[in-house]
Amino acid sequence: METSVTNIKIAGLGGMGVLSASYVLAEAVFLAGYDVKKAEVHGMSQRGGSVASDIRFGTRVLSPMIPIGEIDFLIALAPDWVDLHRAELRPEGKLIVADDVPEGLANKRALNVALLGVLSRFLPIPEAIWHAALAKGFPEKLHVSNLAAFQLGRDGADATPQ
Amino acid sequence: MSQPKRIIESNPQGVALLSGDEAIALAALHCGVTLGTGYPGTPSTEILETFADLGGKAQWAPNEKVAAEVALGVAFASGRTLVTMKHVGLNVAADVLFTAAYSGVLGGYVLVCADDPGMASSQNEQDTRRYAVAAGVPMLEPSDSQEAYDFTGLAFELSERWQIPVILRVTTRVCHSHSAVQPHGKFTKPLTPCFTRNIPERVMVPAHARPAHRRLRKKLAEIEFWNVAEGPNRTINDAQSLGVITSGVAAMHTQEAAPEAAVLKLGMTHPLPMELIRGFASRHQRCVAIEEGDPYLNDALSAAGIAVEKRLESYRFGELSVNRVRHLLAGGEEPQTTPPRGKPPQLCEGCPHRSTFSVLSEMGCIVAGDIGCYTLAAMPPLQAMDTQICMGASIGVGLGLRHTLDEEQARRVVSVIGDSTFLHSGVTGLIEMVYNPPATGHVVVIVDNGTTAMTGLQEHPGTGRSLDHSRAGQVVPEEIARALGIPNVQVFNPVKELDRFERELKGALDSGTLSVFVARQPCILAFGKIKAYEKAITETSCNCAQPAAE
Repeated sequence: METSVTNIKIAGLGGMGVLSASYVLAEAVFLAGYDVKKAEVHGMSQRGGSVASDIRFGTRVLSPMIPIGEIDFLIALAPDWVDLHRAELRPEGKLIVADDVPEGLANKRALNVALLGVLSRFLPIPEAIWHAALAKGFPEKLHVSNLAAFQLGRDGADATPQ
Repeated sequence: MSQPKRIIESNPQGVALLSGDEAIALAALHCGVTLGTGYPGTPSTEILETFADLGGKAQWAPNEKVAAEVALGVAFASGRTLVTMKHVGLNVAADVLFTAAYSGVLGGYVLVCADDPGMASSQNEQDTRRYAVAAGVPMLEPSDSQEAYDFTGLAFELSERWQIPVILRVTTRVCHSHSAVQPHGKFTKPLTPCFTRNIPERVMVPAHARPAHRRLRKKLAEIEFWNVAEGPNRTINDAQSLGVITSGVAAMHTQEAAPEAAVLKLGMTHPLPMELIRGFASRHQRCVAIEEGDPYLNDALSAAGIAVEKRLESYRFGELSVNRVRHLLAGGEEPQTTPPRGKPPQLCEGCPHRSTFSVLSEMGCIVAGDIGCYTLAAMPPLQAMDTQICMGASIGVGLGLRHTLDEEQARRVVSVIGDSTFLHSGVTGLIEMVYNPPATGHVVVIVDNGTTAMTGLQEHPGTGRSLDHSRAGQVVPEEIARALGIPNVQVFNPVKELDRFERELKGALDSGTLSVFVARQPCILAFGKIKAYEKAITETSCNCAQPAAE
């Protein structure tokens, strides 16, 4: 992971929080000292269409877009987007979907943040940096609920709060 | 400068993660730009919004031509100016650009034009590089956010050094991709604004324009010489058999797709540094020019006698990617792959203007449509739009249909245009309607949602608020229509007065008179924001009115 580029795609529908999740992820890897590029297409996405964001990080990132077949982690905010992008995954690439978040998500709108929590289990980024990126990416009133959603995803099924 | 609403935060090394649009805005601030102006257009819109948020003076113009003219006045007065638009906006502003290239400027004039290869949100794939050649202005092409920042500063420097407008050509993947930027602020200082009378260089009558054209060509020759010697071009990995000449984001795809290749990455693509390219090409056995869009580099290099491999026509279409560059370098026909498209956009579920289109559809109207989110009414299930070409075309195209179709069909033609689009370039269409009315009359429906919705809810002259949402002058579409002498002008609420709209529309179509119907109801996405802006304006004005406490 230190020398190569890690590729993460976040996909969903306009309004599901794809862009805010990708912002937080890019900020986190950036704050952790990696080179990072994030590519997304705005515009028509505001009208309920598909939205996808590519985040790439490593020692040096060139193209802002993930080549086909090189996704390491695909975060799909809704089941439809799994099939749509499955062919772009590496053979050993990991799929992250709502089922990976343990029961108990208080606010369904925070699914994007909970999925980042799941992703965080696999990335070499200190927890404090995730918290800083979350604080930067959302209004203050959401900080407490976002931290809870992130922790739920990060801790996994073993550590589901009772 | 007004109070900044946003500060760019850097990490401890002084580096910030910015989109290309944000980087351009930050550079404009650091260059001391007097005024930023433009018209919203994906993917360029965020440049002026960010510039305003950072404390710069920015305003939306009714259209790109007016923006380019206001900017020219700033530059004539020795101020620095940034004018932003999407690629098709330059069609509107081209009239200004071609002669501003002759007149020249005093203050730095940087026109940012954002191309959209692959048409993420556009009606065509036109290539702005052709405009730089046609108008005879220098053009810089950044490939990431750091270059977007650096080249903006360089563009101002070159513009003032040669007293010429400069195009900063960006693409969707440069505008909307985020990457690291070190904002160093090491740019040349702006001039002090003042008026200097110079009739021979500012009044482009033929006697003045003839020498001006010669001056322009001389400047371009000097700029080409500079570009060869010290332009923002870089050679990477020179000692290789494969040499690639490229620019913009395609240079990034190329370095990733072919790490073994030698790359000549051009930062200034007009005038091309031809002798630099010729030298590079002579050092490599195999030479390929890799570019998105038109074969601009390929044609220019071939014409200069530089041996580059012929590009397959398939690479003219859509945006490039690492995969496509790999295929291009491997040679042979490009495999046909369709990228995943997912769910297409559609008119919002609760859009108050859906009902207007339902009525038009039920009445069997032939709808000449226009540019905006309401163009989505052309998609199933509504399918209530028959033509869409460019900003403002609904009215002219509708009139042409009326002039040509038989009476039964002509009577069913309606032009539909949004509020921002109407003020952008629908007003002249309305003048045409009054001046050359079809025998069957005509009906124009202005769907007024109180915002420029498609590009992300920007203000326009009809909203009565400026780019930063403070109070501004207001232009009212129905008052323009009445002032033009159009006999039947009515305003409807498309939700509450649908029956009246249907009745009046039927009457108008049957009567053969000229009618303008304004269907007014705010965009559901903008509704809350508009209320908040108006509340803020009221509160501010109350504070201003209070006498100072003694």
